[in-house]
Amino acid sequence: MANMRFHIRFPEEKIKEPIIYQIGHEFRVVTNVRRADVRETTGWMDIELTGDTAEIERAVEGLKTKGVLVDPIELNVVG
Amino acid sequence: MAKMKSLVCRECGKEYPTKAIHVCEMCFGPLEVKYNYEEIKANISRKKIEEGPRSMWRYADLLPVEGQATVGPHAGLTPMVRAKNLGAYLGLDELYIKNDTVNHPTLSFKDRVVAVALTRARELGYETVACASTGNLANSVAAHAAAAGMRSYVFIPADLEAAKVLGNLIYKPNVVEVEGNYDDVNRLCSEIAGEHQWAFVNINIRPYYAEGSKTLAFEMVEQLGWRAPDHVVAPMASGSLLTKIWKGLNEMKKLGLINAVPTKVNGAQAEGCSPIATAYKQGRDFFKPVKPKTIAKSLAIGNPADGYYALKATGESGGAMDAVSDDDVVEGIKLLAQTEGIFAETAGGVTIGVLQKLVKQGAIKRQDVTVAYITGHGLKTQEAVIDAVGRPTRIQPSLVSFQNTFKMGKNGGGDA
Repeated sequence: MANMRFHIRFPEEKIKEPIIYQIGHEFRVVTNVRRADVRETTGWMDIELTGDTAEIERAVEGLKTKGVLVDPIELNVVG
Repeated sequence: MAKMKSLVCRECGKEYPTKAIHVCEMCFGPLEVKYNYEEIKANISRKKIEEGPRSMWRYADLLPVEGQATVGPHAGLTPMVRAKNLGAYLGLDELYIKNDTVNHPTLSFKDRVVAVALTRARELGYETVACASTGNLANSVAAHAAAAGMRSYVFIPADLEAAKVLGNLIYKPNVVEVEGNYDDVNRLCSEIAGEHQWAFVNINIRPYYAEGSKTLAFEMVEQLGWRAPDHVVAPMASGSLLTKIWKGLNEMKKLGLINAVPTKVNGAQAEGCSPIATAYKQGRDFFKPVKPKTIAKSLAIGNPADGYYALKATGESGGAMDAVSDDDVVEGIKLLAQTEGIFAETAGGVTIGVLQKLVKQGAIKRQDVTVAYITGHGLKTQEAVIDAVGRPTRIQPSLVSFQNTFKMGKNGGGDA
C-alpha cells in the first residue's frame, strides 16, 4: 500500500460535482482531504490517496478525465 | 541551545524536528525553519558579521546549518552597484543593482540556496543530491556537487535545448532526460523524492534551501551601510525569493541589526507567466495557475509554491507587483547592459522592466532608495537577445577602410 499526496484544483464548472466521492467509488483508493478552500468560482484541495501505486495512478488519471487539475503537493518543483 | 529550533508548518504551526522533511503531516502545509532568535541575538553583531568570511557565510548565524559551510564556501557577497546611469535614465536619485550575475560558481542567485541546501544535506547524512530543473538550479547543483564530491542527479525534460543540457553535463552529474513534458518531470520528481533517500534540494530539503535567499537581504543592508532601502524589486518564479527577502529584513530588525524596515517589497513577473502579479492586480489573496509562455524561462513557474506567501509579503510591506511583455524583457536587458555594463539573463530584464513601470506609475519616487535584484547572467539566455542587438560593423583589413567607415581623423573621434 502506498500513500501519495496531491494538490488538486477544480475549475468553476466542476465546483458542484462530488468528485472526491466518485473517485473513492470508481477506484480502490482511500481519499483523505487534509486542507481545502472551495469558493463559488474556484476551489482546491490537498488530498492523500492510499492504495496500490498503480491504482493511485489510475485514480489520478480519473481525476484528470473529470476535468480536475492534479499537481504534486509541492506544486511546481522544477526550478 | 541550537540556533535552529524546529521546522514549523506555515499553515497550522505544528512543529517538527530539523530533518529532511518539507510537508506538514497534519495539514500538508509547507514547513519552514524556526530559529531561537534570543540565542542568535546574544551572539550576533554588525562587527562580527563584518569580520566574517568574504561570502554569504558571514551570515551563518541566520542560516539553517549546524556547523561550518562544507559546500559552496565562496557563494554570495556579490557587488552592490550604485546605478547612476540607469537611475538618471529612470528618474531615480539612488538606485542600486544587487548583482548576482557574478555569483560563484555558476553566475546566478541559485548558488546561494544550493550552498545552504548541500551543506545541510551533508549534515543530515546525505551523499546523493538531486533536483528537477531546466536551468540555473541544475547548473548550481551539478557544480556544487562536483566540487563537494557528492553524487548528483539532475532531472530534465527530454526536449530541453542542447546548450542547457551541456551546461549541466560538463560537471558530470547523472543527467536524467525524462520522456515527457514539464508537468511529467515535476510529478515524477515528487514521487522519486518520496521513495528514495536522496536530498532533493527543492523538495525534501526545501525548508533549508529556501533560507539561502535571505542572504540577498542581509548583504543589501550591510552594503547600504546598515540600512534597509525604501524599495526593492525582485523577480518572482515560485515567489520564494521575494518572501525570503522580506523575512531576512525583518530578522535583521528583530535582532537589532537595523532599527526599522521601511522597505516596500515589489515583485516582477513576465506577462506570459504572471499568476502572482495578476492575483495582486486583481486584489485576490489566491492565484490562478497558468501555462507559461514567455522567454523568461527561469521565471516560468505556472503553479508557484510560494505564490500565496509572496502576495502576503508584498501586502504586508505595502509594495506592488507588475508584469512586462517579452519585448519589454529584451529592452530591459539591453537597458541594463547599455547603462551599467551588466548583462542579465531574462529574469533581469523582467526586473528592470517592472522597475521602469513602477517608477512611471509613481509607486517608486525619485528620492526613494531603491534596489533591483539581478539574479542571473545573460550568457545563460543569449537566445533571448540574439536578434535584438544588431550586427558588427564589417570593414576591409585596411586603415583607409577603417577611417572611412568610422569617419575618423588622425586625432581620433568619430563614429560609424
